Amino acid sequence: MLDKVLFYFFAGIAVASAVLMVTRRNVVHSAIFLITALLATAGIFLQLRAEFLFIVQIILYVGGIMVLFVFVIMLVNLDVALQQIQFARQKWVALLVALALAGQVGLMFWSSKKMPGQGLPVLTAAVAEHLPPNSEALAKSLFDSYLLPFEIASVLLLVAMIGAVVMAKKRT
Amino acid sequence: MLPIGHYLFLSLALFIIGVIGVVTRRNVIVVLMSIELILNAVNINLVAFSRLYGDAAGQVFALFIIADAAAEAAVGLGIIIAFFRNRETVLADEMDLLKW
Repeated sequence: MLDKVLFYFFAGIAVASAVLMVTRRNVVHSAIFLITALLATAGIFLQLRAEFLFIVQIILYVGGIMVLFVFVIMLVNLDVALQQIQFARQKWVALLVALALAGQVGLMFWSSKKMPGQGLPVLTAAVAEHLPPNSEALAKSLFDSYLLPFEIASVLLLVAMIGAVVMAKKRT
Repeated sequence: MLPIGHYLFLSLALFIIGVIGVVTRRNVIVVLMSIELILNAVNINLVAFSRLYGDAAGQVFALFIIADAAAEAAVGLGIIIAFFRNRETVLADEMDLLKW
């Protein structure tokens, strides 16, 4: 019961602030609503007993990436830009893409009803003591089975750092 | 507990809102933020399935996606700053030259 309440609470916040993010004219408002959506997603992670990702989401996404976004918005935000048209005339393309995506997933749900078995699986209510410690399980998986992807990710971050510095550097 | 479908629908909703943002907005910064929203929607799916099967691999991949999002945001915003320095605009419609 508590799980349901928490899920609908966070899901409602996430979807509502995502819609507001896409529709606001002011870029700073969009950034604030994206932060709200990311925090609500962190709540969903916690509700799914993924404590480590919950913390990573808050520290890295909200504390790192979004601060970077807000900095860049303040660097490039012009008052002139607010007067310009913020939406491209592609409403029909957007509607078409959204309908196609929703249709595909709806088809998946519809066909999963027809499959043998009892439809979609339900997440079982796990007792807290029976779950392995989340960070420990994650670390075991990350440094055991996924060590090479982990190293590649670190190289990717190094490349991205160099790339960002080169891109943002003043041309002399 | 909840059926897995709830999480899939939440993820689908966020994904579609993100796609609409990418397609309809003219401001490149909002387009980048919509991409972050899309990546986030995928993370919800991965964590929900990781919880369903009791396997930490899904969360590991969610971690990789967050790292990717950080790299993408850093490079993308660097490009936006470089572009703004040259053209004094952040609208996607104005980005129509390869060289000037």
